[in-house]
Amino acid sequence: MTNELDIFVGNTTLIDEDVYRLWLDGYSVSDAVGLRVRSGILEQTGATAGVLQSDTMDHYRTFHMLERLLHTPPKLLHQLVFQIPPSRQALLIERYYAFDEAFVREVLGKKLSKGTKKDLDDISTKTGVTLKSCRRQFDNFKRVFKVVEEMRGSLAGNIQQHFLLSDRLARDYAAVVFFANNRFETGKKKLQYLTFGDLAFCAELMIQNWTPGAVGEQPPDPPPYSQVDDMDVDLDKEFLQDLKELKVLVADKDLLDLHKSLVCTALRGKLSVFPEMEANFKNLSRGLVNIASKLTHTKDVRDLFVDLVEKFIEPCRSDRWPLNDVRLFLNQYSASVHSLDGFRHQALWDRYMVTLRSCLLRMYHD
Amino acid sequence: MPGKLKVKIVAGRHLPVMDRASDLTDAFVEVKFGNMTFKTDVYHKSLNPQWNSEWFKFEVDDEDLQDEPLQITVLDHDTYSANDAIGKVYIDIDPLLYSEAATVISGWFPIYDTIHGIRGEINVVVKVDLFNDLNRFRQSSCGVKFFCTTSIPKCYRAVIIHGFVEELVVNEDPEYQWIDRIRTPRASNEARQRLISLMSGELQRKIGLKVLEMRGNAVVGYLQCFDLEGESGLVVRAIGTACTLDKLSSTAAFLPACNSPSKEMKEIPFNEDPNPNTHSSGPSTPLKNQTYSFSPSKSYSRQSSSSDTDLSLTPKTGMGSGSAGKEGGPFKALLRQQTQSALEQREFPFFTLTAFPPGFLVHVGGVVSARSVKLLDRIHNPDEPETRDAWWAEIRQEIKSHAKALGCHAVVGYSESTSICEEVCILSASGTAAVLNPRFLQDGTVEGCLEQRQEENLPAGCGFCHIPYDELNMPFPAHLTYCYSCRKQKVPDVLFTTIDLPTDATVIGKGCLIQARLCRLKKKAQAEANATAISNLLPFMEYEVHTQLMNKLKLKGMNALFGLRIQITVGENMLMGLASATGVYLTALPTPGGIQIAGKTPNDGSYEQHISHMQKKINDTIAKNKELYEINPPEIPEEIIGSPIPEPRQRSRLLRSQSESSDEVIELDLSHGKKDAFVLEIDDTDAMEDVHSLLTDVPPPSGFYSCNTEIMPGINNWTSEIQMFTSVRVSRLSNINLTNQTLNKNFNDLCENLLKSLYFKLRSMIPCCLCHVNFTVSLPEDELIQVTVTAVAITFDKHQAVQTTKTHVEKSLQRASTDNEELLQFPLELCTDSLGSHPFSPAKEHLESASSNSGIPAAQRAVSVEKASPLTEGHFRQRSAPACANSTVGVVKMTPLSFIPGAKITKYLGIINMFFIRETTSLREEGGVSGFLHAFIAEVFAMVRAHVAALGGNAVVSYIMKQCVFMENPNKNQAQCLINVSGDAVIFVRESELEIISTQQPIASCQPACGGGEIAT
Repeated sequence: MTNELDIFVGNTTLIDEDVYRLWLDGYSVSDAVGLRVRSGILEQTGATAGVLQSDTMDHYRTFHMLERLLHTPPKLLHQLVFQIPPSRQALLIERYYAFDEAFVREVLGKKLSKGTKKDLDDISTKTGVTLKSCRRQFDNFKRVFKVVEEMRGSLAGNIQQHFLLSDRLARDYAAVVFFANNRFETGKKKLQYLTFGDLAFCAELMIQNWTPGAVGEQPPDPPPYSQVDDMDVDLDKEFLQDLKELKVLVADKDLLDLHKSLVCTALRGKLSVFPEMEANFKNLSRGLVNIASKLTHTKDVRDLFVDLVEKFIEPCRSDRWPLNDVRLFLNQYSASVHSLDGFRHQALWDRYMVTLRSCLLRMYHD
Repeated sequence: MPGKLKVKIVAGRHLPVMDRASDLTDAFVEVKFGNMTFKTDVYHKSLNPQWNSEWFKFEVDDEDLQDEPLQITVLDHDTYSANDAIGKVYIDIDPLLYSEAATVISGWFPIYDTIHGIRGEINVVVKVDLFNDLNRFRQSSCGVKFFCTTSIPKCYRAVIIHGFVEELVVNEDPEYQWIDRIRTPRASNEARQRLISLMSGELQRKIGLKVLEMRGNAVVGYLQCFDLEGESGLVVRAIGTACTLDKLSSTAAFLPACNSPSKEMKEIPFNEDPNPNTHSSGPSTPLKNQTYSFSPSKSYSRQSSSSDTDLSLTPKTGMGSGSAGKEGGPFKALLRQQTQSALEQREFPFFTLTAFPPGFLVHVGGVVSARSVKLLDRIHNPDEPETRDAWWAEIRQEIKSHAKALGCHAVVGYSESTSICEEVCILSASGTAAVLNPRFLQDGTVEGCLEQRQEENLPAGCGFCHIPYDELNMPFPAHLTYCYSCRKQKVPDVLFTTIDLPTDATVIGKGCLIQARLCRLKKKAQAEANATAISNLLPFMEYEVHTQLMNKLKLKGMNALFGLRIQITVGENMLMGLASATGVYLTALPTPGGIQIAGKTPNDGSYEQHISHMQKKINDTIAKNKELYEINPPEIPEEIIGSPIPEPRQRSRLLRSQSESSDEVIELDLSHGKKDAFVLEIDDTDAMEDVHSLLTDVPPPSGFYSCNTEIMPGINNWTSEIQMFTSVRVSRLSNINLTNQTLNKNFNDLCENLLKSLYFKLRSMIPCCLCHVNFTVSLPEDELIQVTVTAVAITFDKHQAVQTTKTHVEKSLQRASTDNEELLQFPLELCTDSLGSHPFSPAKEHLESASSNSGIPAAQRAVSVEKASPLTEGHFRQRSAPACANSTVGVVKMTPLSFIPGAKITKYLGIINMFFIRETTSLREEGGVSGFLHAFIAEVFAMVRAHVAALGGNAVVSYIMKQCVFMENPNKNQAQCLINVSGDAVIFVRESELEIISTQQPIASCQPACGGGEIAT
């Protein structure tokens, strides 16, 4: 005797968190049943494998029906078919949009197009994340990207309102969208040591300081925007243009020497790697300033992280700078510019260096 | 022109994309009532249209108001081709027709399409202005309240319980009309939905008329069913109990005026209404004269049987149909002979109630049931459904005579059902024979009151167990002892009933769900031969079901069954029997003996060893069950019990009969002839099977209890967490040499596995109890068995539950949290001191107004929010809202119980009675049969909740899924399902919130004022 039809429908939709996780992780029903059996649930509850199978199928069916709504979370709130307590709704959404670190590192900065999707197979093999789960995560990125891409106002805020994510997750998605939009290269071998957290941290700072939305304080209610590209997803083109002005810091030899002497005077005896710093100052400074001045080219924007690592982090690391020395150096390096009388772009310098300093410090680890 | 219906279409949301090119929809709405149709403007290019229409006004008869549903159709405008239907909403406006229920229907309704399911939502506002109409020949019965609840609804008081009302209407099934061959499935489904909606409206109106004739104002325990007879038509039938109810909160002001005759309780006006004119049958109607024939004096009551007949015949001419015709001469003659009890003058002294006001139920005789096998033929004249009426009349007559044989004048917990397969139909009726206290009945007699007084001297809680029949002249051999509680009256050893456990009954330990399951193969046959074969099988099935129940009851160490429901289902090649009941240990009844196994061949050594092994297993099980259900009755020395009864043979009080198309009545005595009551003889493999199956029933996992009654005896500390659910399983039998045994085993496994799955699914609610577990079996095809279960899981507080309460007082408080008003109200009422009920009313009035302020506007608020900020797609105002906190969908609880634990029902908003058809031609794409039905049931729940929310309610009580007919054709990738659900929409307030509310000043009670004002216009 076989069950042709086997369903359970509650007035309040039953959500089993463990099964939801298995479903999100892309396991098939039989795999999920196997995993549940191994978790010892049969012994705990005295249930039979048949019961477990039926239960798993039921939950999978429910999740499948909910998936359509999860694509537009506000619909989940307003729909009438599934009665789900708000806390559970939040959990469903949050978990659905959560992503794997391993996966996100693979696609961060890549174009979220169909072409990339074909690579999901490889990513799945490489990361051990099931293809199904990869697809969900990729589709989530793409969906979020599409919705907020052309939208004005705060990126994280837009994501939060349209996808009802937690603050943390919304900010992570903002980073994903920001990386995808600017196509920052993150996949190079020398960048592999960077975690998603590192990159998201940098993205957040760049969104805060380097996008058009960062100019001036945002009023609580978005006022009518005059600029078309006044958004959080793109870097401020004007700002990037202005960054060329910083070139004088390394092009003008006097200025460069003065800058170096100011930094060295201030840091003498405070750094364990002082000689190395002194020897390397001009290289490092040239590196940082050149990165700034090249950001008008899309190609160089994409290579921003590669350049940061090559031009600053790797040299420091090879000389075994302790993190604290890097911090002291960068602080002094940015602050000393204010004492350079011939330099007129103090505000621009700060806008660039405040962000860059924090990014570099975050990225400076093994 | 007695009524004006006003409808406003506000907005839509989440509409489906109807235009692929633009990914948008040009939607408009048709509003139809009766023959009138209005249309809104087309709202171009939006999935969230804002129509904000004018008020569409329909001026209609109140008869139409009762019969017709409001039909709202959402369409996509198409300039070049026909407009495409998106979906429909049917709104039953009945709740707006009585002043106490809802005053407005307003909210988001799912737009439903029989092919695509729910496709977006529409916001609608509906109002009714009723005009006063004193026409005595009117056909409407506006104002009669309907309740599915099978007890007196919580915020009402029963002034009089009049008795049985029934009606049926028939029609041709549109699915079987010739036109169905040329129209689309959608059109066919919609025709069917519309027809059934219309028929149930008509049925309700006719029942309402009967209630008005009886001078009642409400129907309680209203049960409406559909018989899909296929070719021969569609029958919609309903039964209920007519009552005169009094609203507890609003009575205070009116009671003093009418308390003079209240001693006899015959002349209580409809005092729940602030405006006497609004009520359909005001005191000035000619009916009043006839009231006097129901006066309590004995001499009058003899005549009243004839006047009763006249009364019920009067409307027949006007109605065109109706079942009054069955009151044939022979019955009347029979009736006249019995004047001893007031009740017996009634045609059918039946009550669909399963729980009663204290003191109402005097004695319980036992279960009475009757079945009859009929051959369906085409109903030639739908306006005179006499054959169907006659069938039911016949069965009811049988029930009545069975009750009489048990010395009872009434049947309580009465229900009727059918099972149809092709052209064969089994009609079943069952109930519990009982002796009632006539005080609550319209024509109560003085003797009745005296009797009651005697009863009151006895220790409460055992009276209903005492035998109603004459000890020396018993209808069947019975095993009687003196009551273990009062030791004065005789009680049977086992008691089977169809009602809920009376609140004052004293039980030991907890109860449990007991099921008997049985299959019998039957040869395929046609017409008469088939009917005969079924009729021949029925007695055996009943016998075996009964034996199983008895054995399982013994195995649990219990002595009484409540809520017994035996369902016999007929299929092409088999019959299925499923009996469910809740077993308890009644203190008043004797301790059940064990089960003895006896072998037929006592010489065989190994056989005997086997037998003794089985015996040990059984004894162990009984001991284990006693522990599990905490059954530890106090030891009673033999001598106190009194005269030992010499014949320990009696097994049953189940009196039952079969009848075929003829009137032949066979009465079967189920006392097993000469066999000893508790001996199981193992004489063949069948019997071995039986014993095995007894032992294979696995008890629920620890922390779980289950029962099919309203509440679980022995658990009294419910928390507010409830989860109502429906589970459906369809199993295919492998067709290889099916035998009765393999069938039985399959069926048994199906049910047991289903229960196990439920326990597993709901494990997070432990400790919890599955209440009102309702199993339904159907045989949709040759090898398919479908089992549908609806129940509610309620958690309870473990720590308090450990202390088993043993005193009577505590026991009777079991339902205290929800029922206390009932318990308190009735004693007060008994002393006929109208002022007595006042202490409660002021607080209640606060409740009323407060709840109407917290309950109803919830839905409206949501609406107005939406109106204030027209939602363009994905535009949200709140900037940093915490995720998901801004849900506008209010929670609506659903429960098959008549109450909500930890909450108080403050208002009944009207009956919910909905019928849906869903069909698909892309079964695989919708996730196969499971995906299809899962989605459909979820949608049905959603539509019920939406209607309740629109009425301003936050819960459905006494919810029941009466029908779930599922048909599939996987080869054609098709499936169809019909679902019929009903319940009572209510507003409840959490008890924890009550205190807060009562401390607030009452906000001007706008609810009644509005109601009155609108009626006056």
